[in-house]
Amino acid sequence: MITPSDTDGVIDAIRAAHQAATPLAICGNASKSGLLRPVRAERTLSTSALTGISLYSPQELILTAGAGTTVADVAEAVAAKGQHLIAEPPDLSAFYGSTATPTLGGMVAANLSGPRRVMWGATRDHVMGVVAVNGLGERIHSGGRVLKNVTGLDLCKLLTGSHGTLAVLTEITLKVLPAPERRGTLVLKGLDPTRAVAALAQALGSPYAVSGAAYLPAAMAARIPALAWLDDSVTLARIEDFAPAVAYRTERLRAELANFGAAELLDDAASLAAWAAIRDVTPFAADPAAAPAAVWRVSVRPSTGPSVIAALAHAFDTQWFMDWGGGLLWIAGPATQAAHHAVTAAAGPGAWTLMRAPETLRAAVPVIPPEAAALARIARNVKAAFDPKGILNPGRMVAGF
Amino acid sequence: MIAQPAPKRDVMARRDIIVAGLGRLVPETGLIADPIRLKPYETDGLSAYRQTPMAVILPETTEQVAAIMAFCHREGVRVVPRGAGTSLSGGALPMEDSVVLGLMRMNRILEIDYADRCAVVQAGVTNIGITQAVQAEGFFYAPDPSSQLACMIGGNVNMNSGGAHCLRYGVTANNLLGLRIVTVEGDIIDIGGAHLDAAGYDWLGLLTGSEGQLAVVTEVTVRILRSPEGARAMLAAFSANEIAGACVDAIIGSGIIPVALEFMDRPAIHACEAFAHAGYPLDAEAMLIIEVEGSVAEQDYMLDRIRDICNRFDPVSLRVSQSAEESLAIWKGRKGAFGAVGRISPDYLCMDGTIPTSRLAEVLGRIGAMSAACGLQVANIFHAGDGNLHPLIMFDANDPTSFHKAETFGADILRLCVEVGGCLTGEHGVGVEKRDLMGVQFTDIELDQQRRVKSAFDPGWLLNPSKVFPLKPEPAAA
Repeated sequence: MITPSDTDGVIDAIRAAHQAATPLAICGNASKSGLLRPVRAERTLSTSALTGISLYSPQELILTAGAGTTVADVAEAVAAKGQHLIAEPPDLSAFYGSTATPTLGGMVAANLSGPRRVMWGATRDHVMGVVAVNGLGERIHSGGRVLKNVTGLDLCKLLTGSHGTLAVLTEITLKVLPAPERRGTLVLKGLDPTRAVAALAQALGSPYAVSGAAYLPAAMAARIPALAWLDDSVTLARIEDFAPAVAYRTERLRAELANFGAAELLDDAASLAAWAAIRDVTPFAADPAAAPAAVWRVSVRPSTGPSVIAALAHAFDTQWFMDWGGGLLWIAGPATQAAHHAVTAAAGPGAWTLMRAPETLRAAVPVIPPEAAALARIARNVKAAFDPKGILNPGRMVAGF
Repeated sequence: MIAQPAPKRDVMARRDIIVAGLGRLVPETGLIADPIRLKPYETDGLSAYRQTPMAVILPETTEQVAAIMAFCHREGVRVVPRGAGTSLSGGALPMEDSVVLGLMRMNRILEIDYADRCAVVQAGVTNIGITQAVQAEGFFYAPDPSSQLACMIGGNVNMNSGGAHCLRYGVTANNLLGLRIVTVEGDIIDIGGAHLDAAGYDWLGLLTGSEGQLAVVTEVTVRILRSPEGARAMLAAFSANEIAGACVDAIIGSGIIPVALEFMDRPAIHACEAFAHAGYPLDAEAMLIIEVEGSVAEQDYMLDRIRDICNRFDPVSLRVSQSAEESLAIWKGRKGAFGAVGRISPDYLCMDGTIPTSRLAEVLGRIGAMSAACGLQVANIFHAGDGNLHPLIMFDANDPTSFHKAETFGADILRLCVEVGGCLTGEHGVGVEKRDLMGVQFTDIELDQQRRVKSAFDPGWLLNPSKVFPLKPEPAAA
């Protein structure tokens, strides 16, 4: 394990690997090593020692930190100034059964976003600048420490979500925003998935800036303490704002959703707890005692969420819940190729990721949708443009590169 | 003047064959090769630069675009994609040996889905056209560049356009879900769709703002948002740039993010007031236009808090709008800023750097000193919340010395933006205008990395030539 303490150290390590053409597994604290495909590499390069917040200017809404800084440390620093991470990134440690703490670099490399993504954008929307080292051992900076920047190709977005296969992120600049003063969540009980998605579409299409829109069948809600007492399926619409605005907006929205039943209101504390659980996918937390299961994350046109779920119900015994107004499906099922193919077929034109499965399955099937031939050719060219010898996280996203 | 490369002699020699070949790919009215009819296409919003292209082709379908790209690829012909031609950085400037691929005939809205809050539109639909198509249902498309009446969504995607409200709603990149693109070889590829997050590399993010360097965008899936219940503006004026800047910091530091937070300096206030008679305070050194959204009670709540903050900074003038009409009046001067400056000076360069907002007063001070030194007037308009600075440099285009001075002055401002931690362009793009300044912001290694990404899409460097990247004798290999 190589753990450089600065960007120069990362450059040295990658130059050496490039010269020797030796593949490197790239990670932060490896809390998400169960994600995507297993990487075969003799050596591991970890950014875990690139820690520390080097710039935080709350009035400019900008924070810069080393890739190895933990997400928790960043969240704490901004919370101290009344701000928050906009995309509400999840902590998937419990999901993966890992005791490691997720790093900022890992969060960005995986482009992980939580429930707030539906209104406020994904992690990739708030990465304003990166410093990275490509597969040649060259230092590449893109973006900067300002909120608006269209200078040159946007490599920030390309590297965000590239899982360390193009370059190793060493420093990241994020946009942050003031945290809301208050949260409130309307809960509709007992809707079926189709009615639930219709209610959430109406909520998201209202003028009240709904920042969370989820549906959990009763069995899934029962696994979240803040929701279990409702003892039914729950359709959740969250509003985050100044206290008077939350009071006003939840009342107006409750009236607009009256056709779907009488909504209950979760207060600030209950909202925080419920949405943290949805964010961190706790209904599917890893359970060493249970049979190994696979978990897929499927991103679809929101109104088609219920039909995707219905199609899967014929294929295998599913457990699932929806976020993003039906546009994000978390699906658990047997860790078999047949189940995997059922998920990918049901997802249609949507995007899917095999989030968790035994290594044998992750090595055997595509873990993200294969690209059309013309795009796959471009992808190979882009990979070669950053990492001509294919030494960075080989096979992490797609077999063979 | 920024130098342009010599045309490809072999292409120029085959001009007639190429034009005839292109003519077979589109309906008869879709090809322009007559010098007089080519005239409107020889420049864009950066009108100091002009070049007549070999031909202009106006396809009506993605399939025609694909056929054109395949043909040009085979023939080694450079292609300049163009929407409405409103680029302020010369992003659609033709080359003598190039074909301009105009997407204005692809102007249909293909799908609107309110339940899934998205719309699929062709590249030649205007920015305002999307909002107009959905506003009856209470929806809008958020990015609102000043040119929104004319500019087209395909151009917005390629330049990652911003606007006055991106502090709240983000820029173009934050409001897209999918693209249909045509590669330089003529392959049609769909990126993303009606779903929020793709898996795999973020092609949507990379293509957005790529200034036509990577592919031709023919269709766009945008997010549409429900309009807020209402919006209201206020105006606050101060006796010094420093004080106005400190007030901006205090507002954002208090946890309020207005949907718009615009700053004008003294010359901009005077120019706009003379033009629009918006009631701007002429004794102020700096003025803020601050807009909030929500119900009337929510607007009152936030405007009260903002007014209290402004009052801590001894405002010269403070006016909270009481009605939609009054808000419009407050905005009227700002929205007419370009026309207003155009009245004082027939020619001006609109610059577009971004700076850390904490450096605003210092930067304006140094711009003022440069202005005095070179003898050219400048008015500054600033998206204060996000640091995007628009100095308008006034000059006389009939006087080559004046134009040269203006270009030098503009370049010095952009160098200053980078020096204080900002960047060359916040929303107008690099284009031709800032191409040769890229080395100020990027190392050679970084520029070569970007060039290799370009080569990955366009190995022969046929797409939108001579923009973005400083010219090199040979393109970098993929």
